[in-house]
Amino acid sequence: MTSTQAPDPVLVALNRFGLGGRPGDYAAIAADPRGALLAELATPDVATIRDPALPTSAEAIQKVYERNKLERELKLKKPAAPAPMAAKPDAMAAKPAPPDRPAAPKLPQPQQEIFLAEVLARIHKALDAGPGFVERLVAFWSNHFAVATNKDLIDRATAGAFEREAIRPFVLGRFVDMLQAVERHPAMLTFLDNRVSIGPDSPAGLRQHRGLNENLARETMELHTLGVRSGYTQADVTNYAKIITGWTIVGPPGKMGEPGSFAFNRFAHEPGAETVLHKVYAQAGVGQGEAVLRDLAAHPATARHVAFKLARHFVADAPPPALVERLAKAYLESHGDLAVVSKALLAAPEAWSAPATKMRDPWEFVVAALRATKERPDKPQPVLGAMNLLGMPIWTPAGPNGFSDVSAAWDGPEAMKLRLDLAARFAFARKDHEDPRALLTDVLGPKVGEATRVAVARAASQPQGVALMLMSPEFQRR
Amino acid sequence: MLCETPSPSRRALMAGSGALFAWASIPKFARAATARDPRFVTIILRGALDGLSAVAPVGDPDYAGLHGELALRLDGDHPALPLDPFFALNPAMKSFHAMFKDGEAAVVHAAATNYRDRSHFDGQDVLESGQPAPNMTDSGWLNRAVGAMPAGERVARAGALGVGVSTPLVMRGPTATLGWAPENLPPVGDDLVHRVLDMYAHSDPALGGALAKGIQTDKMAAKDGMGKPKPGYDPVAAMRRSAEGAAKLLAADAGPRVAALAFDGWDTHIAEGGATGRLAQLLGGLDGALQAFKEKLGPAWADTTILAVTEFGRTVHINGTTGTDHGTGTVAFLAGGAVKGGRVIADWPGLKPNALYQNRDLAPTTDVRAVAKGLLAAQFGLSEATLAKTVFPETAGVKPMADLVRA
Repeated sequence: MTSTQAPDPVLVALNRFGLGGRPGDYAAIAADPRGALLAELATPDVATIRDPALPTSAEAIQKVYERNKLERELKLKKPAAPAPMAAKPDAMAAKPAPPDRPAAPKLPQPQQEIFLAEVLARIHKALDAGPGFVERLVAFWSNHFAVATNKDLIDRATAGAFEREAIRPFVLGRFVDMLQAVERHPAMLTFLDNRVSIGPDSPAGLRQHRGLNENLARETMELHTLGVRSGYTQADVTNYAKIITGWTIVGPPGKMGEPGSFAFNRFAHEPGAETVLHKVYAQAGVGQGEAVLRDLAAHPATARHVAFKLARHFVADAPPPALVERLAKAYLESHGDLAVVSKALLAAPEAWSAPATKMRDPWEFVVAALRATKERPDKPQPVLGAMNLLGMPIWTPAGPNGFSDVSAAWDGPEAMKLRLDLAARFAFARKDHEDPRALLTDVLGPKVGEATRVAVARAASQPQGVALMLMSPEFQRR
Repeated sequence: MLCETPSPSRRALMAGSGALFAWASIPKFARAATARDPRFVTIILRGALDGLSAVAPVGDPDYAGLHGELALRLDGDHPALPLDPFFALNPAMKSFHAMFKDGEAAVVHAAATNYRDRSHFDGQDVLESGQPAPNMTDSGWLNRAVGAMPAGERVARAGALGVGVSTPLVMRGPTATLGWAPENLPPVGDDLVHRVLDMYAHSDPALGGALAKGIQTDKMAAKDGMGKPKPGYDPVAAMRRSAEGAAKLLAADAGPRVAALAFDGWDTHIAEGGATGRLAQLLGGLDGALQAFKEKLGPAWADTTILAVTEFGRTVHINGTTGTDHGTGTVAFLAGGAVKGGRVIADWPGLKPNALYQNRDLAPTTDVRAVAKGLLAAQFGLSEATLAKTVFPETAGVKPMADLVRA
């Protein structure tokens, strides 16, 4: 907003830190907004999704293996059709394809069914959350350690499990534990190609004349931990890539364990000691890479990188340097305890005084719109479609750096026009017809700006009033 | 130095004469007197394009051995398309090849920005921001170039176009831009639009300005009968659709004269393919986009230059997974009726071990910023001083490349 005055602390709690108020939330936390966020952090298992129907990543990959086996069998029976470039990550993929060959047996698409179930579970978790600070932290870390569902059927099948298995258990735990879980997760090993990286001097490398792929090693340093331009070299990347050769996924025959689970394949592992950031790692086996990850997590550059990204996400595109410094200090002093760092963020005066200039990203906007209107979709497709349209397809960023976290990425002319299209279509399709003036006060509180209040009050119809509320600066910015 | 049909022997001949840069500035605002109405488009290829599999130095004796099974060949089932005795084009780019033969397309090889590390995101930031280092500004060089044109200029009046839901950084900045992306929602009623704009006018002019431009551009596109196909993730079709939409807007009398597009997906670490396969599919998408510009721009094609660039190249050796890792030197593509084409512009460094950058990458010998500067100078008459200060700050030593555009 163009105003530079201090924001309403209740909206700071609900919008800057949370996923937006449902009717009644504003009034419920008005007496102690910060206390409401701290109470959410203290809730046991607050980040866990309990849904026995959702498969583990290994189970999901086994289904992909079965599907691929069937596909190969079908191909043997008929001439090969040109393969599509990538799995379609949009909701349209759920629709049956037009029948091109009348007799062709239908190939099951378990990865798509699992993906849709995972997305729906994530939507419901976001709608049911308290203020939603923990779900915002989950989305933040999930985007920090981004995977993309259009890389491979395995990523489409496991992106949701990745978030449940490698992100959620640690959002209020230790960064190093999240890091260790992420870098060995099948979704990440697939997304950044480490699954097929082979030590050139390993038995497999010598026999197959195949070798290194440094993709995961580079992004672990650049994106996941130290941050770009923090002092590591090409040699550090190459050596760390050698260290994590053999970090892969158990194949369909299950020779190294449960099919689809993480495996350390010593036949693909580059033997010998390696130097990373001036330190020699002589361990044999998987412990060598785990030791590097422990040191990367404890590195001051990682603390600064994480602190900057958190402050930029929650407070301002150009966060106050003093705040970043304080968060980095909290990280280092607590040995990367993310609950401590999150509480330091809530304790920061800057977080409660900075004007609401940041745009809600499409996920925050879409979820907040559902929460404000008490809509609870029983299918994920409408939300998926909205997210695709707004340029933030769920778990499918264009690259391993995830979606942009600055307002300029989301407030351009086309983006604003599409937000208005969506807000209007959404508001006009609803069945409920509450008074938009009362809804506005329920959701955004009594201090909402005059222009917004007048626009909603003068709306030509109930849905138009709701659309105006959803498009108001107080709803768009946080 | 600049040579159009490099060969190892010619390279050896010219070695040591590093001062013989044939680049010069064209620093005058002369085009108001001409009938030309120039268009300029840049396409950012995000992910780092393997220049050696796009435009292959088939005449380099080391190429086939180093680039292994990804190397293009002049024989076999999918022969590369010869551009000159030394270079050949990926067979997926048949339209570009025809343009090249007609003198409407050119290639710049062994090119890079000044950025020398291998981070996509920093590399893209330098490429699009036009700043000497990453993360210095939130504005792009093309936005600042439009801002630097005199207020009465045709280009400055009509504004510039960022294609895509998220405006590419190269087009973001202080100068107002239009936005457009292919999509298929029913239009919102004018009444609601006016009410939202009125609300913003009183409380948030920034959102109001953005929304007004989005609505305006969409109406212009609708008037031209542009189809709104469903958004999908077929990258080849998406490239062509984006180009068709942008071309129609650029062709309109009152439309923008400058546009930026971004195509993702060039990060081919694994199973890259050569004459066929994943990279060839993407190159086919780029080829289709360039052909769409030619078809939909109509007569305006004759005044158009398109520059397709990427943040850096990829390793000369293939990696352990039949792909390539992040590298340095690569290609830039130029297309358009105004391009003085039919040439591969390269100061070829060779692929001998000691000629490679850090013993792994094609060494960059041409600064792609010189190419961009040369096109902006020739198309819009921007002065060398403006280009070196405002558009690409701190680049006085990078002279605009001369002679890229037909007189």
